[in-house]
Amino acid sequence: MDKIQLGEFVKSLEPEVEVKEGRQYTEVTVPASKFYALAKRLRESEESWFDYLFCLTGVDYGQDLGVVYHLASTKHKHAIVLKTRPSDREHPQIDSVSDIWRTADFHEREAFDLLGIRFTNHPDLRRLFLDSSWGYPLRKNYVDEINIVTK
Amino acid sequence: MEEKVKDIALDEQEEYTINMGPQHPSTHGVLRLVVSLKGEIVKNVQPHLGYIHRGIEKMCESITYPQIIHLTDRMDYLSAHINNEAVCLAVEKALDTEIPDRIKIIRTIMSELTRIQSHQLWWASFGMDLGGLTCFFYGLRDRERILDIFEETCGSRMIVSYNCPGGLMYDIHPNFQKRVKDFIKYFRKILPEYDQLLSGNVIFIERSRGIGKLSLEDAISYGVTGPSGRASGFSCDIRKHEPYSAYDKVRFNEVLFTEGDTYHRYLARIEEMRESMNIIEQLIDNIPEGPYAVKMKPIIRLPEGEYFQRVETARGELGVYIISDGNKNPYRIKFRSPNFVNLGALNLISKDFKIADLVAIGGSLDLVIPDIDR
Repeated sequence: MDKIQLGEFVKSLEPEVEVKEGRQYTEVTVPASKFYALAKRLRESEESWFDYLFCLTGVDYGQDLGVVYHLASTKHKHAIVLKTRPSDREHPQIDSVSDIWRTADFHEREAFDLLGIRFTNHPDLRRLFLDSSWGYPLRKNYVDEINIVTK
Repeated sequence: MEEKVKDIALDEQEEYTINMGPQHPSTHGVLRLVVSLKGEIVKNVQPHLGYIHRGIEKMCESITYPQIIHLTDRMDYLSAHINNEAVCLAVEKALDTEIPDRIKIIRTIMSELTRIQSHQLWWASFGMDLGGLTCFFYGLRDRERILDIFEETCGSRMIVSYNCPGGLMYDIHPNFQKRVKDFIKYFRKILPEYDQLLSGNVIFIERSRGIGKLSLEDAISYGVTGPSGRASGFSCDIRKHEPYSAYDKVRFNEVLFTEGDTYHRYLARIEEMRESMNIIEQLIDNIPEGPYAVKMKPIIRLPEGEYFQRVETARGELGVYIISDGNKNPYRIKFRSPNFVNLGALNLISKDFKIADLVAIGGSLDLVIPDIDR
């Protein structure tokens, strides 16, 4: 499917999405409560068959945090971007997709470690690089007076 | 003294844990694996990371795009040139810069040389992990020839930083084409010796065939790319599927196997060295004349938006995801590093094998730790 068809297809699965045609990929913004169901359908539906999660990024947008999922299909050779933004900035929660794509296990632990996004139903959500005495360094309001020099 | 102290290590019914690393020679860096064992059978492997975490993604948020390139060298230091290329391609794509053929072809040749030298070092250390010290000397001896070519053209041997947005830092050295051709001629003769030394070695085959099997479904679900994924039949070569630089102009085969065990991950890399030499041979005599860099603005600002660039490094798919707010430094940059993702499958494929096989399996995934931690 090309970019426009993909957008229409996602809209038919979940009407509450916001579809934007990006430069490279179709970008779909989903409410956090609807996210898991849509991801599962996109993985299992024969027309979309997104079986390869090639990137998972946690982003601090300022007012809230978000997670960006880059999905590709090894069968149909198309790709899509899913975005979701949980509303609570201090304690953001999203359903884990590590049971749909196993690679999300590590990616989500990284996003939890560096941005403090909690993935519910994750099998083993521990910090990955840093120990628990650290804050969440990739948040924009993270302060480290010793190591970060601001001009 | 009625109570008898139970000796856990001698009791085969109990599982016990040992730390492998962070200074274990077979992890090639500071990777710590906490291994649960039953006797000498591996039951669970939990990697503990962060020993070389430098926060590259955070650092990138406060520096400019030409500066970021120098940090990407320090991620996967064996694919330094390809990491540079990924950031450059993302910036050039965002600015719609037209890149002349000369730059594209030189970049492709350098990338393939990088791939060969990375696989040579992998072959050397993999052989050593499994007890064949000769491999180490063979591999490093031949790798030295590529590093000499790099030194002459880029000014440094490993951390090359040869790319910059819009082209290359300097033009190629006048000796470059001759030395590359000499190397290809030399290495075509030497590569069969690699096969004689290790590929057909009975001890090596016994230790690697059928060990650490990764099925195609798991390879896709765990996102294992590069030669490790292609050994399981996962057609994931970005050079074929989303060609960048001059890869659409050359003919080469994507090396695919279906077995997915340690031995075929080994064979995939050996075959890839042959394919890399084929690519270089098609390009080395066809470098057109022209400038080695396109003039870019002194301060590069990417237009507001999101940019994603995928490239194929020696270990798999590297993704660079840039979110720009129109400033001279990125709002958020994410490196989808192949080693980080490939490591995720280690627990799955090493379960129920012996601890000695864990060394072979870990070696066959070809992990570079700074790329995992970033």
